[in-house]
Amino acid sequence: MKAKVYVTLKRSVLDPQGKTVQHALSSMGFHEVKDVRVGKYIELDLGTVEKSQAEQKIKTMCEKLLANTVIEDFKYELN
Amino acid sequence: MKFGVVIFPGSNCDHDCYHVLKHVLNKDTDFVWHKDKDVSKYDCIVLPGGFSYGDYLRTGAIARFSPVMDAVKKHADKGKLVIGICNGFQILLEAGLLPGAMLRNASLKFVCKFVTLRVENTDTPFTRALRNDVGATGRSPLLRLPVAHGEGNYFVDGATLKDLNADHQVLVRYSDEAGQTTPESNPNGSLENIAGICNKARNVFGLMPHPERASEEELGSVDGLKIFRSILNEN
Repeated sequence: MKAKVYVTLKRSVLDPQGKTVQHALSSMGFHEVKDVRVGKYIELDLGTVEKSQAEQKIKTMCEKLLANTVIEDFKYELN
Repeated sequence: MKFGVVIFPGSNCDHDCYHVLKHVLNKDTDFVWHKDKDVSKYDCIVLPGGFSYGDYLRTGAIARFSPVMDAVKKHADKGKLVIGICNGFQILLEAGLLPGAMLRNASLKFVCKFVTLRVENTDTPFTRALRNDVGATGRSPLLRLPVAHGEGNYFVDGATLKDLNADHQVLVRYSDEAGQTTPESNPNGSLENIAGICNKARNVFGLMPHPERASEEELGSVDGLKIFRSILNEN
């Protein structure tokens, strides 16, 4: 079972890195870019584990370590 | 009073803290290894600055799972003192010993300079030596301490911020020399110019500026000693 985890700053949190990237894109001529959010992408190999069990584990991993839920949201895909 | 200065892999202000406590203030001080599981012989634990675990994932995120941190939590639960400086503050936030989290500096730049701090509450074990100091505002004492960090942009949700303010847990804010908390005096974009906070019980304190780098005349300021003298309850 492989997990893909995406961690991004919450909508309510200003993302200075995203803003800077947006400005750079704009100066390249991509004025259509309205907003940029920079985040993290994490791949995990969970070995052989039931999907429901994997889901429970990955949720705990995200809440306890991979994301800081004070400032970040996370989502994950399992397959 | 006995001090324990924790060394995580990547700590780099551990020797500065040890030096000030041991050689400037002549206090009984030990280094504590991040794998140690017992800190019961210490009265005050210092989590020093640096880049614990290379700042991987998030600043302080890995250090918080070090074996020593369980002992530090127990130590704090007993009401004993903990001070986290810079990376130490980030570790306290990640460990949940203090509320909130750190974001990248709003400028995206590492900031390394002296700042002025307005002391908001002198009725704590970390600020009590400042009780009789009056700053330029005629009210709050001011401190000059250096900052050196890339992620000191303090963030917390609105409800918790309200609690922090109501409970006088914000101990220091970035200000100008007149004691005004202006946007220009905020080096990193911190919410409400917050530079340091304590817990409700007032025995755990985290701050981004470095008191240990301003505790000897030749370093340009001795204001940092006021924090350490507060801990020692000396004036």
